[in-house]
Parts: sequence; C-alpha cells; structure tokens
Amino acid sequence: MTAILVDGVVYASWIFLVSVGLTLVFGVLRILNIAHGSLYAVGAYTGAWLVVRYFQPGMPLALSFALLLAGALIAGLVLGPLIERLLLRFTYGRDEVMQLLVTYALFLILGDLTKLIWGVNPYYAYAPYSMLGNVSIGNVPYPRYDLVLIGLAATVGIGLWLMTNRTRFGRLMTAVIGDREISTALGINVPLVCTVAFTIGTVLAALGGAFTAPTISVVPGIDVTVIVLSFAVVVIGGLGSLEGAALGSLIVGIARAIAVHRFPDLDLVTIYVVMVIVLIFRPQGLFGRAEVKRL
Amino acid sequence: MERQCFMTFRRVIMAALAATAMASATLVPSSPAAAQTQPQELKIGIVTFLSGAAASPFGIPARNGAEILLESINKGSLPAPYEKKGFGGVKVVPVFMDEASGPDPISAYRRLASSVDFVIGYISSEHCLSVAPAAEEEQKLTVLFDCGTPRIFEDNSYRYVFRTTATAAVDNIAAARYVYSRYPNLKTVSGINQNYAWGQDSWKDFSSAIKSLDSKVKIDAAQFPAIFAGSYSSQISTLLAADPDVIHSSFWGGDAEGLLIQGAPLGLFSRSHVVLTAGEPILHRQGIASLMPSGVVLGARGPHGPLAPENKLDAWFSKAYADRYNTEPAYPSYHMAQAVLGLKAAYEKAQAASHSEHPTTAQVIAAFTHLSFETPSGTITMALGKGHQAVEPAAYGVTKVENGKVTLTDVKRYPVECVNPPEGIKAEDWIARHFPGAKNCPK
Repeated sequence: MTAILVDGVVYASWIFLVSVGLTLVFGVLRILNIAHGSLYAVGAYTGAWLVVRYFQPGMPLALSFALLLAGALIAGLVLGPLIERLLLRFTYGRDEVMQLLVTYALFLILGDLTKLIWGVNPYYAYAPYSMLGNVSIGNVPYPRYDLVLIGLAATVGIGLWLMTNRTRFGRLMTAVIGDREISTALGINVPLVCTVAFTIGTVLAALGGAFTAPTISVVPGIDVTVIVLSFAVVVIGGLGSLEGAALGSLIVGIARAIAVHRFPDLDLVTIYVVMVIVLIFRPQGLFGRAEVKRL
Repeated sequence: MERQCFMTFRRVIMAALAATAMASATLVPSSPAAAQTQPQELKIGIVTFLSGAAASPFGIPARNGAEILLESINKGSLPAPYEKKGFGGVKVVPVFMDEASGPDPISAYRRLASSVDFVIGYISSEHCLSVAPAAEEEQKLTVLFDCGTPRIFEDNSYRYVFRTTATAAVDNIAAARYVYSRYPNLKTVSGINQNYAWGQDSWKDFSSAIKSLDSKVKIDAAQFPAIFAGSYSSQISTLLAADPDVIHSSFWGGDAEGLLIQGAPLGLFSRSHVVLTAGEPILHRQGIASLMPSGVVLGARGPHGPLAPENKLDAWFSKAYADRYNTEPAYPSYHMAQAVLGLKAAYEKAQAASHSEHPTTAQVIAAFTHLSFETPSGTITMALGKGHQAVEPAAYGVTKVENGKVTLTDVKRYPVECVNPPEGIKAEDWIARHFPGAKNCPK
C-alpha cells in the first residue's frame, strides 16, 4: 500500500511537471500545442548537454541541478518568445484545425532541429540521479531524486497558483483568459500577456524535460510519449485548469501505480480508462468550465 | 451557405487526394524486368532506421556496417571466401532509405523496389510483416536483416523474401537455457518488457521455455510498461518488492539504458539475476557502459559482437568498423553483415550455376534457397521457411566488471539444433512440447 502511494505520488509529480505548461498555454492562448512534447525534448537535451559538458565527478551536486535549471531556462526563454511572436500569434482566433496543423508542423520541425543540433546518439546525464543515493521506504529502496521531483512539482504548482491569484500579471492573465476583446478595450497589452504566458509554458515544458534527463537516456523520440500523456492529463483535469492538471496528475499517478503493482498488464491503458470515465461524467474535465458558444 | 461551400471544397480535396493515390498506385512499376537487364552495377536498396528512437541503437550501426562491407566488397578487400570484387565482379551501389520515413512503409518499399535490383532491410517486425507480401507482388528479391517475429515464415511462405537472421524465439529459448543451467536453484522468474508485440512475444517465449525446462519454477506477473515510457520507477519498486530470482527483459535502445540508469543505483541488478536479451549494444555506449554491474546475463540476438566466434571475418569486420567509427560494432551491424554477405554468396553461386555474369532474379533465388554461407558470426544456413529463413546458433554470457571495463564471461554457445525449432514446427509449439529433437545442448 505504501509502495503504491509513493509510486503514485512520484509519477504524479513527474506527469504534472511535464503537462502543466500545456494547460497554462491552452488557458491563455486557447491553443492546443502539439509541439509541447518537442519543447520538453529540447529542455531534456539542453539540460543533459550542459551536465555532460560542464559537470565533472567531484564537483558539488548543487551545480548539476543549477545546470539542469539553466538548461530549462535557456531553452524556454529562447524558444518561447520566438515561437509565439513568429508563428503562433498569426493563428489566434483561427480554426482549431489550423492551430493543430501549425503546432504539429512545429513539432516536426523541432524534432528535426533537435537531431541537427544534438545528433541521434543518446546523451546520459545520470550523475544527479545516482549521486543523490537512495532512501528506504517500507523495505523498498527509492531514489532520493524522485523526492526532488516531488518537491519541484509542488514548488511549480504553488508558484503558478500564487502567480495567477496573487500577482498583477496573474490578474491580467485571468482577464485575458476571460475575454480577450474586453481586455484589449481596457488597455491591457494582450499580445505581451500572450508572449509571457507562452514563454512560461515553454520554460515549464523545458523544465520537465531537463529534470527528467538524469533518469533517462536522452534520445530522439522522447517527445512523442510526453505529448500523449500530457494531453490525457490535461483533458482529465480540464483544459486550461491548473488545479485540474494537479488533481488529474494525482489520479493518473495513483491509478497507474495500482495497475503496476496489482494488474501490470493494464499499465498501458490505465490513463485512458481514467480519461474515459472522467469524460463520461464531466465532458469538460474535472475543473473545466463548459463554454457557451458565441455566435 | 459558407458551410456548404466548405463541404464542397472538402469533397473536392478528398477526391483529389483519392485520385492522386490511385494514380500513384498505377504509376508504380510492377514488372521485375528491370532486374533482368545487363547491369553495369547492382543497386541495393538498404532500409534501416536513420531517424527516430531506433536509429541510434539499431539503424545507424546497421547502416555503418553496410557502408563498410559494400565499400570493401567493391575494393575486393574482404577476407576469404569473399575476396572477389563486387558481387561476382559487378559493382554494388547502396541506396539508403529511412525505415521511419513515413506512415506507409509499403508505398515507400514499392518506390524503392522500383529503382533497385535487390532490397535489404527492416528492423521493425511490423514493417517486415507488411513488406513481405509487397515484395512478392513486386517480385523483388528482398532480404529481411533484423526483425525478429517468427510469424514471417511460420504463418506464410514467400518466394522473393529471405531472412538471414534467426527469429527472436531463438534469443529467448537460449536465454532460458542459460538461466536454467546457471542458476540450478531457480524458484521464481519475473520480467519487464515493452508492451507491444516484441516485448510480449519475448516474455511469452522466455517464460514458457523456462516452464518447459522446469515446471516447478514459479512465473510471477511480469511488468509491461509502454514502449518509450521513460520512467520505470513504479515497475522497478514492484520488482524489488517481489524479489524474484531472475528478471527477464527484452528492452532495447533508450528503454534498456533507462532501465539501467534507474535500476542500477537501486540494486535491481544485484538483488536479482537480470537477463537482457538485447542488451549487448549498451557495452559499446561510452558514458553508460560503466553503469553496467557484474552478473548481468547479456545477449546479442545471436553470436555477435563480444559473443562472436573467433574467425578471420569477425577479426576483419570488428577492426574495420572500429577504425572507421571509433566504436565496436553492435549486433545490428552483424545482422546487416549477414544479409549483405548472404546476398553476395547467393549472387555468385547463381553466376557459377548459370555460367552468366548477370544471373536472373530467379537464379539468385534458387541459389539463395537452403544456402550456407560464412559471416563474422559463423556459418549461417537457410534451413527453415523452405530454405528462406536462417537458423543460427546462440550465445549468452554474464558481465564482469574489471578495472572499469565490462567484459562477458562464462559464455555458453548453443548449437543450431538446440535452440531453433525444426522445419514445420512453430517455435511456441516446439517450446510447449519440450523441444523435441533438440540436441547438443550444453549443460
């Protein structure tokens, strides 16, 4: 039981980290960003590359975490404004199919760019993961790094909630989410809010990638898995809802841990079973709001 | 009205797409006549993953192997019995195609087949299964070089298709035999395999082979994470809690490396005996090979790489590959070598039989059927699938870390008749019937 709870929370933290940026971007820009997984991959590559390049055995562990964080920030701060200003802003208010096609094209382009820059050979940046060591919970060893992920996910979640609800920018963002036209009429710099919100979403995607990098072999193709999982979690929680992403991640994490421990054959379908059940009873997701169609 | 216009427009687009698809289908030449002309050179289409997750562990090493071999074949610098330049004096030219180039491998295959004399290719079993019937329709001699599913020749028979590597069932039967003899007090076995055909078939073959060898061994519920899942912490903690004697995994590429990165620090590889049936490429990965602990049972999907028998061809191939790419060849390079050398041997045998420099496709097929030929991995014989499917010996070893270098020790070799089912019996039936006819199995 303890193992299920620990595994569930660990997985929930990871999936929240990688999907929260997607829900934020949808909330503000109303764009379902298929390239979210690519931004995750770029974050993973940048973080892993920095660790491989600059972190040597004997250096303080904190430096490796600083390098991962730097990787996420560099990837997010460079790509976020660039993509939003040069591409996405032309799709605002357009048909959803067009937005999906544009972000899908971006997904393909970023996938090829990643290969151009980093090649197809894997990057290994496991030093932060293995150096932290293990902790025993109920006779089963767990990596301390997983606890770091839990802490990071909690920090990101609380930080985003505070930003949305307690800061001026958060209130501006809420206004833009509510009604873009009225926000413009009220003098809010809507394009700037959109650029900043998308950049935050990009940094979050890259952060998820960078802090996953030490636990995996960073290879081409890691973007696809993440985008599918992120979509599922965000749909369960309700598109655009921060609280929904958090609760959706927790439900998926616990459900998956139960499957892995008790019914391993069902591991693959768990997330989709949860999604189907939630959507049957709440088509707009757990925290999503039913929208009134404007004519 | 606007919606109506849109619908009309959409129909026009759909019709245009359908018309284009039909036109493309009729434009694809289906005549094999091109292969029968007198060529100055032979074009060989080589299909392997050049992008995607399977490129780095499989596709690129296979392409590298093909490049080295074909260049050396054209120079005539291979050791015996392949000293002859080209294919019997005819220059060979590779035409590489990415196996991940699109969602429709059959159309891609047809396009390639129309412009080359032979095709060597396919790592994915799904691609092999779908391309084999297309090869028959195109009447193009196609050599499958790496995919593992036994279903190609167990469920069908083909005239134009050959496979120069053994099926994945052989890997798992040999793994079961190795584990059974190495750990005589074996009580419980579990596994972690990717949740698709490769992982499920591998686990089914391994667990049923263990059960067939010793019915008292308890087979625990195995873990089946999604392919490319990335995070295996839940599965690892479940396996650690269950604490089985042996853990079987057919993980490959980034998934195998991820399992090592996440599992090694937690003691997964020291608490249980772990078997990685496709783990050999990890030994050639600078930056991660050092994580590999002692005591891991490692396979190379045949007698390849560090498990290859000593012979002149292997000595030449390993050196040529290492000199050029600064790393040892992994098993996909060896699989490619088997396909290229098999085709060369068949072509030259057909030349001799037909007394012609340019034998027809039918003559090459006749020569290839039931052929035995030398490779860096030893002698390969096309013994199954009416002479179109290779049988191979198998080998497994256990890792030993010494002075930071990982080697394989306690290597056991399993002769062909010990791990390959005889003609006419499906691998799963052979396992279930306790391997009738198996002989010369090492203890």
